[in-house]
Amino acid sequence: MATDHSRSTARLMVSPAVLLLLGWMIVPLVMTLYFSTLRYNLLSPGTESFVGFENYVYFLTDPAFFAAIANTLLLVGGVLFITVLGGILLALLLDKPIFGQGIVRILVIAPFFVMPTVSALVWKNMFMNPVNGLFAYAARAIGVQPFDFLAEAPLFSIIIIVAWQWLPFATLILLTAIQSLDGEQLEAAEMDGAPAFKRFWHIILPHLSRAITVVILIQTIFLLSIFAEILVTTNGGPGYASTNLTYLVYAQSLLQFDVGGGSAGGIVAVVLANIVAIFLMRLVGKNLDL
Amino acid sequence: MGSITLKNVAKRFDEVEVIPPLDLQINDGEFVVFVGPSGCGKSTLLRLIAGLEDVSGGTISLDGKDVTALPPSKRGLAMVFQSYALYPHMTVRKNIAFPLKMAGLEQSEIDKKVDGAARVLNLGDYIERRPGQLSGGQRQRVAIGRAIVREPSAFLFDEPLSNLDAALRGTMRLEIAELHQTLATTMIYVTHDQVEAMTMADRIVVLNRGVIEQVGSPLELYREPKSLFVAGFIGSPTMNMVTGSEAEKFGANTVGVRPEHLKLSTEGGQWNGTVGVSEHLGSDTFLHIDVEGVGLMTARADGEFPAHHGDRIGLTPDPERLHRFDGAGAAMR
Amino acid sequence: MARSVTLGTRLGWTALAWAIGLAIFFPILWTILTSFKTEAAAIGPPQLFAFEWTTENYTEVQSRSPYFLHFMNSVIIALGSTLIALAIAIPAAWAMAFSPTKRTRGLLLWMLSTKMLPPVGVLIPIYLLFRNTGLLDTRIGLVIVLTLVNLPIIVWMLFTYFREIPGEILEAARMDGANLKAEIIHVLTPMALPGIASTLLLNVILAWNEAFWTLNLTAAKAAPLTAFIASYSSPEGLFYAKLSAASTMAIAPVLILGWFSQKQLVRGLTFGAVK
Repeated sequence: MATDHSRSTARLMVSPAVLLLLGWMIVPLVMTLYFSTLRYNLLSPGTESFVGFENYVYFLTDPAFFAAIANTLLLVGGVLFITVLGGILLALLLDKPIFGQGIVRILVIAPFFVMPTVSALVWKNMFMNPVNGLFAYAARAIGVQPFDFLAEAPLFSIIIIVAWQWLPFATLILLTAIQSLDGEQLEAAEMDGAPAFKRFWHIILPHLSRAITVVILIQTIFLLSIFAEILVTTNGGPGYASTNLTYLVYAQSLLQFDVGGGSAGGIVAVVLANIVAIFLMRLVGKNLDL
Repeated sequence: MGSITLKNVAKRFDEVEVIPPLDLQINDGEFVVFVGPSGCGKSTLLRLIAGLEDVSGGTISLDGKDVTALPPSKRGLAMVFQSYALYPHMTVRKNIAFPLKMAGLEQSEIDKKVDGAARVLNLGDYIERRPGQLSGGQRQRVAIGRAIVREPSAFLFDEPLSNLDAALRGTMRLEIAELHQTLATTMIYVTHDQVEAMTMADRIVVLNRGVIEQVGSPLELYREPKSLFVAGFIGSPTMNMVTGSEAEKFGANTVGVRPEHLKLSTEGGQWNGTVGVSEHLGSDTFLHIDVEGVGLMTARADGEFPAHHGDRIGLTPDPERLHRFDGAGAAMR
Repeated sequence: MARSVTLGTRLGWTALAWAIGLAIFFPILWTILTSFKTEAAAIGPPQLFAFEWTTENYTEVQSRSPYFLHFMNSVIIALGSTLIALAIAIPAAWAMAFSPTKRTRGLLLWMLSTKMLPPVGVLIPIYLLFRNTGLLDTRIGLVIVLTLVNLPIIVWMLFTYFREIPGEILEAARMDGANLKAEIIHVLTPMALPGIASTLLLNVILAWNEAFWTLNLTAAKAAPLTAFIASYSSPEGLFYAKLSAASTMAIAPVLILGWFSQKQLVRGLTFGAVK
């Protein structure tokens, strides 16, 4: 193989992808960094001035920022909790001998393929709406006052919506991992006298640990940037109750037109994501048997 | 027609010299086997001859013509890979026809040759199937068929039987040997299995860490191994090696004697010991004996020999079949 | 396991699995059903099947809004960005899979890491850049962005597929007398085609559902379905049934494609860490 393709041909073939991604990474990011040092508002163009770290100080001491960070962590944590736990249980269930396994799989996988704006609006209106939603009808049927999900528990509601969308992903990954477990290990454990729960705890769960880690890390990367669901349901409200870091930066940039402040926020988001990414890359790198 | 000459051929991967410079002459029509333990360089050597790897030094000539700089397609050789390397998206027919298509032959010519190869190898029944639908042995034959149609000056086999089960291996060994008799073309065959080497080869090249330990006919290697390595590699079960004072009695650093050259007796012998594990195959009996002053030795007896675990037994080596080796591992004559 | 499970146990698990599966699928089912109700029925007491079925919502959605335009926007953006990305990625993945160097591993990891960049980090410059170059609210603009956003995954997936092509088969082709061109045309491409198709499939789905850039960089003209549906977040009058119809049409293509792409999902989004 090495005797054929010359080094320069190979380099030529890789260069468009490398150059484009390099440009995509560096140019906008540098610009964001630059903007973050300016006082720059789109509503008053031409009055930009260099302010150093002022935007960062302002952003990081803004109560909205603390709310956003807390909400981001809650969102990610909440979705992870539901999807990982639910994913494990569902994966175990789907691994059992059941009739029509193929169809059940389709039913369970489907939510992942629904676009975020559709799923958010369907949940918001047809399920969570306190007047016409299904939950409201169910509550009234048992004589309970309907709960206004999005007004009273906005973050929780969004967690439900996002978890519904990502549960299939976790389930699919964990199911793949379970099915790669050598059945003989479980048989050996059974012969050694281990009951079902012990077999799960000592054999299946450790085997799944790699897959669970992958699910957690990859979902975290995506969950940090939840956006559409917040936009079409609560717009981050009431107040900042359901604003995460992504939405905060968006609001500041494109709603308040505060380019300087928004850019600072963007950089903060990048730093946060990098920390997670470092862990993920180490895990993936270990597996890249090159 | 198919003589191959290697002069000073060496191979380096980065800074590691996998094959120090060696010379080798393969004559037209010979069945030569490269044999040795894993990592000895036998496959690398084959690939150098094929042109799939470049030499780091030396020259390779086919029929006197220097082919060192030629790509594989221009060397006129055919290779059968360990995994058969059949094209999964083509039928058997198209697989075999591929090299002819690359050579630019007319379709009618191609069909004639493919049918010819199919006949020789009994591929007729599944010539329209895809490799995925064939068994291991069938795929093996298709791979050979693809090599045959090229009418190469030499065939190169890279451990072709390793992926088959034992029974199939035996059958295919015979088929390849018969093929050699029919075609009378040079064949270079790489294997780690010394039984395959002994049964199929005109000459065997024993390799150890890139170095040719010995070249000779199977019986030459069996009777007169030039080194400890060759002595221990050829022959199954392995030759018994005796060191220490017992070896010094024969004036050597190490003395080797094959299990089949030890005479067994319940009345004692030159060496005596207790039987550990005994293996009774009916056709042969193998005894693993803990011999006093020597250590563990294996002995073979013809037919059924009534010795079992715990029995006392005496062994006497056939003096004509004793091999003596000096401190450097070379045979002393 | 060679031991047979009792029919009772099997039915038990089956019932549980189906119950949970249907519960998870229910929102989608409900949406589809609601799309066939009148608006009055949609907000009235919930009915599973016993309502007056009508297709008026489908016709209304298409007559009251440029639904078809948005649908085509989704198609063009999803397909366009994926095809362009493939054109860039195939040579790159090829070179990395068949002529790997010591740097290949680092390069691949770096490419994957660009996917982890939070979009808000570059929202402002991209937005301003697009505004100043007139790319805002254009399909081209979005195609460019989505090409770059999905490029890492496409390169990665193609790389894994190409690496699975046994090197020995390419060597056999070489020994059979094939030059580079013949090797590519007759052996490499046919064997790589399934992998390329799988990559295309998954990434069309991901691009179709992308809901950050499509929401922020488009307005009335180039908005794909993601953004168009978002306009139902502040609607006028009764709209549940229309929302359902619009949603059903928007998700149907990808739901169907998604069914075929489960394996690709695992491969593409876990970056090989799970087999």
